[in-house]
Amino acid sequence: MNEPMTRQQRFAAINAEMQKRILVLDGSMGAYLQGFSLTSNDFHGARFAEHPQALKGNNDLLQLTRPELVLQVHESYLAAGADVIETNTFSGTSISQAEYALEEVAYEINLEGAGFARLVADKFERKDGKPRLVAGAMGPTTKLLSMSPDVGDPGRRDCDFDTMAKAYEEQARGLIVGGADVLLIETITDTLNAKAALWGAWEAFDKTGEELPLWISGTITDRSGRTLSGQTVEAFYNSIRHAKPWAVGLNCALGPAEMRAFLADLARVAECAVSAYPNAGLPNAMGAYDETACSMEVHYAEWAKAGLVNILGGCCGTTPEHIEHLRHAIEGVKPRSIPAHDARLRLAGLEPFTAAA
Amino acid sequence: MTQSNPFANFVIVGERTNVTGSAKFRKLIEADDYAGALVVARQQVESGANVLDVNMDAALIDGPAAMTRFLNLIASEPDIAKIPLMVDSSKWEVIEAGLKCAQGKSIVNSISLKEGEAKFFEQAKKVRRYGAACVVMAFDEKGQADTAQRKYEICDRAYHLLVEKLGFPPEDIIFDPNIFAVATGIEEHADYALAFFEATRRIRESLPHAHVSGGVSNVSFSFRGNEPVREAMHAVFLYHAIRAGMDMGIVNAGTLALYDDVEPELRERVEDVLLNRRADATERLLEFAETVKSGAKKKDAAKDLSWREKPVKERLSHALVHGINEFIVEDTEEARLQAERPLHVIEGPLMDGMSIVGDLFGAGKMFLPQVVKSARVMKQAVAHLIPYMEEEKERTGLAGKSNGKIVMATVKGDVHDIGKNIVGVVLQCNGYDVVDLGVMVSCDKILEAAKAENADAIGLSGLITPSLDEMVFVASEMERLGFTLPLLIGGATTSRTHTAVKIAPAYKGPTIYVTDASRAVPVVQKLLGDDRNALVSETKADQLAAREQYLAGQDKRPRLAIAKARERAPKLDYAPVKPSFLGLKTFENFPLADLAPYIDWTPFFASWDLVGKFPAILDDDIVGAAARPLYQDARAMLEKLVAEQWVQASGVVGFWPANRDGDDIILWADEKRKSEKARLHTLRQQMDKGEGRGANFALADFIAPVGTQDYVGAFAVTAGIGEEGPALRFKRANDDYSAIMAQALCDRLAEAFAEAMHAKVRRDLWGYAADEKLTYEELIAEKYRGIRPAPGYPAQPDHTEKRTLFDLLGAEGIGMGLTESLAMTPPSSVSGLYFAHPQAEYFGVGRIDRDQVEDYARRKGWDLATAERWLSPILAYDPTRANAA
Repeated sequence: MNEPMTRQQRFAAINAEMQKRILVLDGSMGAYLQGFSLTSNDFHGARFAEHPQALKGNNDLLQLTRPELVLQVHESYLAAGADVIETNTFSGTSISQAEYALEEVAYEINLEGAGFARLVADKFERKDGKPRLVAGAMGPTTKLLSMSPDVGDPGRRDCDFDTMAKAYEEQARGLIVGGADVLLIETITDTLNAKAALWGAWEAFDKTGEELPLWISGTITDRSGRTLSGQTVEAFYNSIRHAKPWAVGLNCALGPAEMRAFLADLARVAECAVSAYPNAGLPNAMGAYDETACSMEVHYAEWAKAGLVNILGGCCGTTPEHIEHLRHAIEGVKPRSIPAHDARLRLAGLEPFTAAA
Repeated sequence: MTQSNPFANFVIVGERTNVTGSAKFRKLIEADDYAGALVVARQQVESGANVLDVNMDAALIDGPAAMTRFLNLIASEPDIAKIPLMVDSSKWEVIEAGLKCAQGKSIVNSISLKEGEAKFFEQAKKVRRYGAACVVMAFDEKGQADTAQRKYEICDRAYHLLVEKLGFPPEDIIFDPNIFAVATGIEEHADYALAFFEATRRIRESLPHAHVSGGVSNVSFSFRGNEPVREAMHAVFLYHAIRAGMDMGIVNAGTLALYDDVEPELRERVEDVLLNRRADATERLLEFAETVKSGAKKKDAAKDLSWREKPVKERLSHALVHGINEFIVEDTEEARLQAERPLHVIEGPLMDGMSIVGDLFGAGKMFLPQVVKSARVMKQAVAHLIPYMEEEKERTGLAGKSNGKIVMATVKGDVHDIGKNIVGVVLQCNGYDVVDLGVMVSCDKILEAAKAENADAIGLSGLITPSLDEMVFVASEMERLGFTLPLLIGGATTSRTHTAVKIAPAYKGPTIYVTDASRAVPVVQKLLGDDRNALVSETKADQLAAREQYLAGQDKRPRLAIAKARERAPKLDYAPVKPSFLGLKTFENFPLADLAPYIDWTPFFASWDLVGKFPAILDDDIVGAAARPLYQDARAMLEKLVAEQWVQASGVVGFWPANRDGDDIILWADEKRKSEKARLHTLRQQMDKGEGRGANFALADFIAPVGTQDYVGAFAVTAGIGEEGPALRFKRANDDYSAIMAQALCDRLAEAFAEAMHAKVRRDLWGYAADEKLTYEELIAEKYRGIRPAPGYPAQPDHTEKRTLFDLLGAEGIGMGLTESLAMTPPSSVSGLYFAHPQAEYFGVGRIDRDQVEDYARRKGWDLATAERWLSPILAYDPTRANAA
């Protein structure tokens, strides 16, 4: 019927939606894929049949070997009511793919990952004319820029900023060319990694001539309220504020009960949309997640009413069922109002420091 | 803001982790003591710094590397890393290196319009992308702003460019309107503080959300050494600056004084100066300063800075002649800004200064250590200019001219390079390009480099005797490959005779022996200039004469047949003492402080071409003036080297049951003396001293034959584990003076270690002289019982015995090794045998005849050619024509 939306049109439409309500992000890709009980053959496919290294568990690779499964996951979450879906590219940097000796397919993973997500999202947009956003997922990689791999040698690093920025730049280019609407730098355990990702994103914008909005989501690893690299929530925010993000949030590691306090900290200081997509609780003794779709709904509803968030979704252990319940929980609730820009000098080490105006 | 708490909203940037402001911190970084550096950082946080300023801009420090390392280390110290960083450098690459290690939101200090808008935008854009706030200096294309009007105008321009053109958040802009020293005695400086206050006021009024900061300690620069006055000036300055709107400052967080706490009379006089309230303000403050000066710190005559008032050309020349590198970068920069091309600074003031140095050196009014110091200043000046010259070259294709290019190397198998480094430095300061290939360089590498670099000459260096053969090999390869370049030969074991007899005949090109560093320049000048032919033919004639003289001399010296010489072996009695243990004892990480008193300084001065006995050399009429500062610098570095453990000393000592067997010494596996553990070979003097006029010694003579329970000892010690670290660090900082000094000190420490260990052996480990008490002079004069001869030295010139020694001692186990030419590694190492016999003495084997060489070859299990190769320096005959004799 009608022409597909351009990125700009879609973004304008989604921002207009966000004025009125809380946006719904999808749930876990991994949890869903696990349900297929995939074997080594699914990952290797014909193309990587001869690959010398075992590829089982390299979910991002399924874009190239079992794309129909990835399409199915996106389809299920959109059907459950998601406004935003994440590409299957969490480990799509050459640094992460190096673990599988697949650095050379990193770009392709992102290109195809964004393309497939866009394909399904377009299908849904065509049905009802409502915008469906594709968030190009950029995970934390397998290396940390602020921490030594060796406790005996705290000054050591096994990767540097430039190498990491370059890997992220490649990923970002793949996502942009493939059709992502926003870049989602997520599950940030080390803020310096995120800064390298931002650097890479800007380089990719320079190269492609396309500038996408940025969405940045950190991970508080435990109840201490710090990232793995030691920053508090506010310090983390101060450290990425220069990106003028479209949205900033928290995800992973914690369930909704544990995440709430830190989300509140972030909601207090963020001068942009706030997102949250917690795990379905903390992993239990069997490694599974205990929060059901129903029990999560209670938390989602409380956060929404408390005015903490603008975007909600699920991370590890969540399913389309959780997203359906989420959609129900936020119905009719006003989103968090976004505060005006605070023109104070806001610095950060591991802790925030704000100078008087 | 209330008077009682002026700092309530003031952001304190801790300044002590800044190498330009804190000598203590600089020394820690220079000495690689990052643990100590972290302590300083922690103190800053504990004393209330809100932000930690980190600056690594010092001549001897590799800025990007030091910044990276320190910030990475800070990242793992939560009690330091909790506060934000100020990444501070005048070099953009250092700032960038720092930002790449900082996960938080830092402040960059600084960028400016100094190099124009394009550069300013480029850097500001990157600052944004790294996510930092930024200090912007009041500096533009015309220079650093000193009046209130200029300061404000530049800040205003920068502000609008950043905010309007780049979308830079105004709250992330921090202006530094330049705090300059006042009370300097220069009239134009009197208004500097007032100008800062006024500019600050206007910035805060007119440029919304922007901040004002500055390095407060600059203001009191004239009162260095007088902390009470400096602190008072800082307190009063801050009081006025904060009232004007300054809201951030780089200060010593630990010593921040309050305006009200400043003694009223002092405060009034400081205020007179800062606010320029009266014409005699400076005199009055100086006068008062004398009375509050803490007694501990006296004015240092060497720190007379009056020369700083002179024009830049004279300052450069002063710095070069006096070897002062403190201001060289700023002076060079000033000269560069005045010059049409950066190269003109080198060809003009710098070369002028160096030619004064050259003249003084030539006239014997300056000595090597001073010249090397001058060279350090020169190199640092040139290093500053190189980026500009390269940039110019890219732009215009113009290049500088060089007097010529010399490829230098210490040959394969040899690790010694002090002499080579000195020659390299001296050549460099005379305008030659020196490509130093380092140590242990194989022949093909040297020749390859000479071709690739299109060299004008090759210089070879070596210290141990096997290097002589390697030099002959290089010469013969040059001949084979059709080289015609001049070949220069230098180093401790080389000689005019050896060059003439062995090296020159192997190569048709000019082959020239260079006595020492001071001869290197005239030789190279002639070789690469118009006088080349004269020098070459003169040298050839000299060498021919030297060869004839050598060959003639060969036959004249009377020598005994080896059997006869053995008959004239000394007749000794033996009453051996049994060592306190048999087998090995290892001393790892021996305290360096215990070695320092054993240093024999005389050879130290010799390594700098200063001849004379220590300590008399310090008062010598001719070289004393050069020796004294050298000695001072050496003591200072030694103190640091010891305190900060730049190197590690380790050693191993062993004793074995032993008996003499002819000219060999058998080492027994145990006291049963049945099973042979190893066999040492010794060489005997063959010179005819005349019947009854003196014995012909071999080391074996000092050990009793079978039947008496005698013993021999051996040792290997090093004070050079890690010695390449400091040397490399200094070299990277273009500080060859310190690099050479560090190497020379390690050499001395190794010798001292050998001396100390020998004393311990005599008194304790072997214990044959338990009551020995000697003064330093007696020790240096070796007035003790027993000797410790080393293979490769006159009493046993065969280097291959070192292999046996090292195997016996397991010296590899403490980090020592031998190269294929049997040079010890690390270079600062000493090894040898211990003989306890009361009549044991040092002697030189001297030249030996073919009969002993044949006998020795049989004992060693060698063929004759091998023996002749290893013993070539002491052969009394020419093996190539021996058959005819």
